[in-house]
Amino acid sequence: MAALNLSPTLEFSPLLRKTPGGAYAFEVAVKGARCANCIAKIERGVGALEGVEQARLNLSTGKLTVLGRNMAPQRILRRIQDLGYEAQPFEAEEVLSADEGEGRLLLRCLAVSGFATVFVMGLTDAVWYGGGDLVLAVRTQFFWLAAVVAIPAALYAGQPFFRSAFRGLSKRATNMDVPISLALLLSLGLSIYQTAKGGMHIYFDAAVMLAFLLLIGRFLDYRLRDRARTAARHLLALQTLLVRRLGANGEVQTVSAKDVAVHDRLSLATGDRVPVNGVIEDRDTELDMSLVTGESVPQPARRGAEVPAGAIVTGASVTLRATARVENSLIADLARLLEAGQQSRSAYVRLADRAARAYVPLVFTLSFLACAGWLIAGATIAQALTNAITVLIITCPCALGLAVPAVQIVATERLFKRGVFVKSGDALERLAQVDAVIFDKTGTLTVGAPVLLNASELPPGILERAAQIARASRHPLAQAVAQAAGPGAIAAGVHEVSGAGLACGDGASLERLGNAAWCGAEGAGFQLWYRHAEGAPVGFRFQDQIRSDAIEIVRALRRRGMRVEMLSGDNPIVTASVAAEAGIFLWRAGVTPQEKVGWVQNLRKAGHHVLMVGDGINDAAALATADVSIAPGSATDISQRAADMVLRGLELAPIVEALDVSRWARRLVLQNFALAIAYNVTAIPLAALGFVTPLIAAATMAGSSLLVTLNALRLAGERTKPWA
Amino acid sequence: MIIASALFVGLCSLAVLIWTLSSGQYDDLDGDAQRILLDDDLDGQTKI
Repeated sequence: MAALNLSPTLEFSPLLRKTPGGAYAFEVAVKGARCANCIAKIERGVGALEGVEQARLNLSTGKLTVLGRNMAPQRILRRIQDLGYEAQPFEAEEVLSADEGEGRLLLRCLAVSGFATVFVMGLTDAVWYGGGDLVLAVRTQFFWLAAVVAIPAALYAGQPFFRSAFRGLSKRATNMDVPISLALLLSLGLSIYQTAKGGMHIYFDAAVMLAFLLLIGRFLDYRLRDRARTAARHLLALQTLLVRRLGANGEVQTVSAKDVAVHDRLSLATGDRVPVNGVIEDRDTELDMSLVTGESVPQPARRGAEVPAGAIVTGASVTLRATARVENSLIADLARLLEAGQQSRSAYVRLADRAARAYVPLVFTLSFLACAGWLIAGATIAQALTNAITVLIITCPCALGLAVPAVQIVATERLFKRGVFVKSGDALERLAQVDAVIFDKTGTLTVGAPVLLNASELPPGILERAAQIARASRHPLAQAVAQAAGPGAIAAGVHEVSGAGLACGDGASLERLGNAAWCGAEGAGFQLWYRHAEGAPVGFRFQDQIRSDAIEIVRALRRRGMRVEMLSGDNPIVTASVAAEAGIFLWRAGVTPQEKVGWVQNLRKAGHHVLMVGDGINDAAALATADVSIAPGSATDISQRAADMVLRGLELAPIVEALDVSRWARRLVLQNFALAIAYNVTAIPLAALGFVTPLIAAATMAGSSLLVTLNALRLAGERTKPWA
Repeated sequence: MIIASALFVGLCSLAVLIWTLSSGQYDDLDGDAQRILLDDDLDGQTKI
């Protein structure tokens, strides 16, 4: 289903981007490239095409950039598909707006602060260890040199924190970056003052080390999100961007789908996606309605039938009369639901931010109290301020800043090895709270492809012959027949009869493999028939198979106190039998995509935290609406991008693993908070009383960060816990 | 003098690191690891 259906007449020019050199760039997301061989095959294959000057594949992001002056994008896509990879064009504007600068900035900041940390420490720590031997003037010189390096370095490397703190403050909210920024700036300021005065208490090294340690956490967090974002940049449904409109005199014009008006007549070839809701005007055909029902087996559609946008024409080409504009069609509806779901999710407050909200006012109060206390005790204003600032610096949430990303990166890495790709760190936090799981049926609990049931009941030789014909087709039922027969030859002279099936030979030797009406057969329960000339038709029965570990998964989830439900767009009979087999008591059949969203919303309103597991385009909006969502590896692009986590293999078992790891990770995060707070509880009184020297500050800061990181690593060390 | 030269060497290596970053050398680590296996120079010749 994910294969791009290419119509020769569609233009792709909106997808070309002009480069400064005057050439055009065309960017394609390539799926399935893994090795050097793939790179060579794709780059050479595409590079050999006419008009292409250069083709370069980025294996990490799966992005192929093609440069050329006069190239045909559809031929490039076709070539990649012929080579055996999935190809989807990037939308030009999307590529332009994509911000790839953040990662580089973080790395640059990391490099600068790392360098400064080593250099400044070398200078200042030398003074503290051998301080007694140095003349005051030399010492001050050392400190000024440290300042010259540390101040620009800290200001440069602190950028990510300053920006985020500013963003937070301008929205009148405090985040973790507010105390971090303050600590950075105040420690620099205090150090300059101390150096000028000839004092010992300078924090240049602490400032750059603070930036360095925190940037490590920040960079890990960024890497986590970045991997997800490259996966999400794929275009969802290019096919609907441009359509062929029939003019009054029958001439064909290619127009953008958003310019289609109600009553326009559109020409749809086999393989085209229906761009707007409409009515079929000229003949019967077959449609892949997986967008609506999640079922990939094509459904017959009669002339005059209403067709929703997003269905794919798999039978004969038809003319469609539009009954709605794009923005009122099903796809647009789903896109809006998807967006609404993602917005509601962004309202989730991360654990770290919640901690910051409680923490920041507390720290300010304490440092204010320290200042006031010293003043009352009769200290000078300078001394009181120095001690107050020391409190701020020492409580700077270095360990708090690492507490969450350290755990999340270890948990994500662990799950990645187990076959779960986690797209964002806070998805793990949300998963830990889940108490209800909703499964989609087709493609999620089941394999998603029909399997031949009655192979053993067929007359001898029939299966083999039918398979030879079936191998010529990509129809799901034909593929199921071929699959049941195993590898073998393809019959010669097979041609597809639209809306009927496959034919081979003619006259007295005509063989037919197709639907009941065409084969002249009668009998319920058979989805496909084979008939040789005028012989008796033979029926084939198919059913989707439940995944091998579905039953265990449902049981394991229930043992963890989960409410397990199933929602399906399929008919009640099939849904009931799958539910019974999987051991799910709560299920609903015939559910539209919108109803799935409604169901999830109702559960959430009832106070449940919902995990949605689904694979189809029809599940995407529900996936985005749920608290957290998982898509199997076989899922459609849109679902994978809507989901928080994607399974890599064909098994469902990693879902339970992910659940366990997320709960465990939550415990570790809370432990880390406790550790960081314990450190502060001991450090604050010392700082407030003026006992803290810069050396102690540096040591405790590094020590607590190390402790937090080691605690997070426990998640990686432990053996797999049996869950079944 | 020693401190000054240490600073100079340190800044030089920092500059080189930042240059490698901005010239995109870390953009496709997986790809570069695999590309080493490609026999680009054998194109159009008979492979032995």
